[in-house]
Amino acid sequence: MSVPAGAGAGAGAGVRSVARIVARADGRGGTSLPVLESDGPLALRRTRSAGTGARVMLVGAMSGPLGGDHFTVEGRVEEEARLSVGSAAATIALPGQAKGEARYDVRLDVADGGELHWLPEQLISAQGSDLRVSTRVELATTARLVLREEQVLGRVGEEPGRLTSRLTVRVAGQAVLDQELACGPGAPGGWDGPAVLAGHRAVGQLLVVRPEFAATPVAAGLLGEGASVVPLAGPAALVTAVAPDALRLRRLLDEALASLPRT
Amino acid sequence: MSRAALLVLADGRFPAGGHAHSGGAEAAVRAGRISGAASLEDFCRGRLHTAGLVAAGLSAAAALGIDPVALDRAADARTPSPALRVAARKLGRQLLRAARATWPSAELDALGREFPKGAHQPVVLGLAARAAGLGPVDAAYCAAYESVSGPASATVRLLSLDPFDATGALARLAPEADRVVDRAVEAARRAADEGLDALPAGSAPLLEIGAEVHAAWPVRLFAS
Repeated sequence: MSVPAGAGAGAGAGVRSVARIVARADGRGGTSLPVLESDGPLALRRTRSAGTGARVMLVGAMSGPLGGDHFTVEGRVEEEARLSVGSAAATIALPGQAKGEARYDVRLDVADGGELHWLPEQLISAQGSDLRVSTRVELATTARLVLREEQVLGRVGEEPGRLTSRLTVRVAGQAVLDQELACGPGAPGGWDGPAVLAGHRAVGQLLVVRPEFAATPVAAGLLGEGASVVPLAGPAALVTAVAPDALRLRRLLDEALASLPRT
Repeated sequence: MSRAALLVLADGRFPAGGHAHSGGAEAAVRAGRISGAASLEDFCRGRLHTAGLVAAGLSAAAALGIDPVALDRAADARTPSPALRVAARKLGRQLLRAARATWPSAELDALGREFPKGAHQPVVLGLAARAAGLGPVDAAYCAAYESVSGPASATVRLLSLDPFDATGALARLAPEADRVVDRAVEAARRAADEGLDALPAGSAPLLEIGAEVHAAWPVRLFAS
């Protein structure tokens, strides 16, 4: 259910909304979804899956988070279950009536033998918006993950809003990746300069966690001057990419994913 | 101990090997992203608020006495580029050698036994500050300043930039370095209570990608 954040604070308070997914192995080689809870602007739909896993689409019933809103998506993949989550369209962070920043929290948990593909469309930071995104992933030792995050700074021809995005991933309780990118007006200086984004308007990461990477890490490599593929200190590979726009960013990330060894 | 110990630790002539590293400036110069004093200043500003903030947080936390093994892991998670992890450990090993000779301490000896190939440099820096009788603010200042002074002096060599211009850029960044140190120390104090997630995790995509580009060159002037 969606309730205004800080209910009672009066008109202008944002929307608080929590959506939940639980994926469970059904014992016959497939995956069931005992929990699929939509909430207000966060609508979840089970869609046809090509393989044995379950597939869920996040459908934006309204636009993305506005100022003062607090959205949370929680996903849990139980032992041996397989879940793939996408979104029907890009999420657009917009300025709202309510004062203050919007928040978007993603909490993902994958048990041993489970596999999660978390591949939403881009997050677009529109002019005047102020959004803090936090994605935390907890993986058991033999869990598998493919996670993509893409940020687009402003719609076409527009200055970006303020966006702070943190991604924390743990395997067996051990942090293997902890990164925060802050950009847009009001962010600490230099975010658009030669050390950080240098005028690029699309930035993304693709993280692949597989138990095999502990013994056989990927080799570090480059895709031109705008993307690197690196082994992390843990059973994971990370692609980091910057590009002039969302389309070229997606091409780089797709190309990098295709370059990783098959399993 | 004495405030002057901070000057010894922060001195560019302290024999810890930092002069061999450009902090990403060599790759940025080659890519045309640093071409003079103004772009150097903007590069340093971006590095200060990302890698510099992370390093200052780790150093302050180590100076507070938080477990260096856990801090080293936190540093790994905040350093996706393997080229940068290798550079940070090399610098850490060199700094540890110099610090143990300068301020003998059981904690520094233990760190050397725990990390024979070197711990992340900011963690060593924090423990070195502790051994020198300095506190978390001092350690954070050293780390924050090093995050910009390294690229500035490297760029003087790479572009034959006027050293006055490079020093001017560093001086203009001083107020922002103060704020970075405040944030880092506040985060380190919270990390002591709440766990290491409280430490800053600022990332700079082009520093990460540039470090891998740089590591692939057959010939380079600086190690990183």
